[in-house]
Amino acid sequence: MDEIARIFRAESGKVIASLVYISKDIQLAEDALQDALEQASIHWPVQGVPANSCAWLYLVAKRKLIDNLRKIKTYNDKQNTDLIRQSIISIEGTSELEYDVPDERLRLIFTCCHPALNEDAQVALTLRTLCGLTVKEIARAYLISEVAMGQRITRSKRKIKKAGIAYEVPSHAQLNARLASVLKVIYLIYNESYSAFEGQTLTRQDFAQEAIRLSRLMVKLTPSAEVFGMVALLLFHDARRASRSNSLEAYIPLEHQDRQLWDDKLITEANKYMDKALAYKQAGQYQIQAAISALHCNAPSWEVTDWNQIRLLYLRLLDFNGSPMVLLNLLVAKSYTAELDKVYQELLLLETHLSDYQPYYAAKSDIEGRLALPVAANTSLDKAIKLSKNGSERDFLLRKRAASLKN
Amino acid sequence: MQFLALIYAGEGKDDVDMETLISQYESFEEEAKNVVLGSNALEAVSTATSVRVRDGKSQLTDGPFAETKEQLGGYYLFDCKDLDEALLWAAKIPSARYGTVEVRPVMLFE
Repeated sequence: MDEIARIFRAESGKVIASLVYISKDIQLAEDALQDALEQASIHWPVQGVPANSCAWLYLVAKRKLIDNLRKIKTYNDKQNTDLIRQSIISIEGTSELEYDVPDERLRLIFTCCHPALNEDAQVALTLRTLCGLTVKEIARAYLISEVAMGQRITRSKRKIKKAGIAYEVPSHAQLNARLASVLKVIYLIYNESYSAFEGQTLTRQDFAQEAIRLSRLMVKLTPSAEVFGMVALLLFHDARRASRSNSLEAYIPLEHQDRQLWDDKLITEANKYMDKALAYKQAGQYQIQAAISALHCNAPSWEVTDWNQIRLLYLRLLDFNGSPMVLLNLLVAKSYTAELDKVYQELLLLETHLSDYQPYYAAKSDIEGRLALPVAANTSLDKAIKLSKNGSERDFLLRKRAASLKN
Repeated sequence: MQFLALIYAGEGKDDVDMETLISQYESFEEEAKNVVLGSNALEAVSTATSVRVRDGKSQLTDGPFAETKEQLGGYYLFDCKDLDEALLWAAKIPSARYGTVEVRPVMLFE
């Protein structure tokens, strides 16, 4: 990405958020920013990138936005007219260099992640507005056509406007529930970077970075236990990135990862956020997941992993998320601390709930292998291979299957 | 902004007896009196008649527009500052506990 494109990506969320505050309309704000970006593409390569590029983009876009608002005849709402007047005064009185663009991104993220929009729409809209990704980039990541993604985003912008979704940080009474919805979107964006797209390493990493960027932004704008938990979780996960694949293997499980490759700086930072989260003494699902990741990241080797602590954390996670996937993870942790045969019996009971879930059969095969049940282990492994949706995971399982044939 | 809260529930599927439900609605209306612009309860869906005019002629059907598990049983018209406020009030409508309340903004013609 070149310098100018990088600035656009970095600043567009903040600029859009402030523009929406004036227009109360995401589409109008986007159009104005688009205009400013076009101007920048013409002027910056010639005159150089302005020292305060965010303010430059904001002020140019704002002038355009106000022009456009004036052209809209129906725009005669008293309050908004006042807002425009104030905006004009503030533009005329300041130079770009000293202008501090107001940060309205918290309003924007709560609006984009409003539970009155469906989850897919929340994710798409957040990537489009807060992260400044293009419709094409988002469409590619979610494996749908650009037209369909465009419609999804347009529909949600229209719903925000027509349904009376306010451009505000929710009131105290609603804050926690609404925050949960924002965190879910960040979590989905991060997870998407690990599952959906194959062979698109670059974009995958971009999505992970966007999720981390959003979580850091939330820390800055509205620090709370789960927000710190989220950023810690993502950083712990990201710290292990370099060890998850190499030139030969596209997927390396935790057990076989080279811990020398883990990013100590990120782990230290994540530990710091974890401490901040725990200081609130308000348990939550992201903090618990972060704590589990912390135990892995801070263990010097696979052999000394504190499985008992991990087991207890999964048990606690069940209070927040009673899904069979969490139960599966609990059983895997238990398989290292309790009588393997009993854990296996419990695992079998889970099969009806997870019969189309690849990790279930991968875990089942692993435990069967440890129980010296090679035939069952291979059958489970074959099921896992069949259910695998991700090329690199499938390759890993196939290699394992090939190795079992040799033995 | 005005919002219409449409109350859908299975007829005869109330989770409390009629007397209790009425008193719950009364306390809701007392609490919400500053935002409620209008409201009505409807007779059972068995009393519904649907009309369609085709080729200038009225065609009547004995029954609702669509057969559904939950039927429209009444509505409130709220005056609220935004969707969040309307949703808070909608969640307090007693039938939201066992039915569904659909909240729709009233269209503004500018």
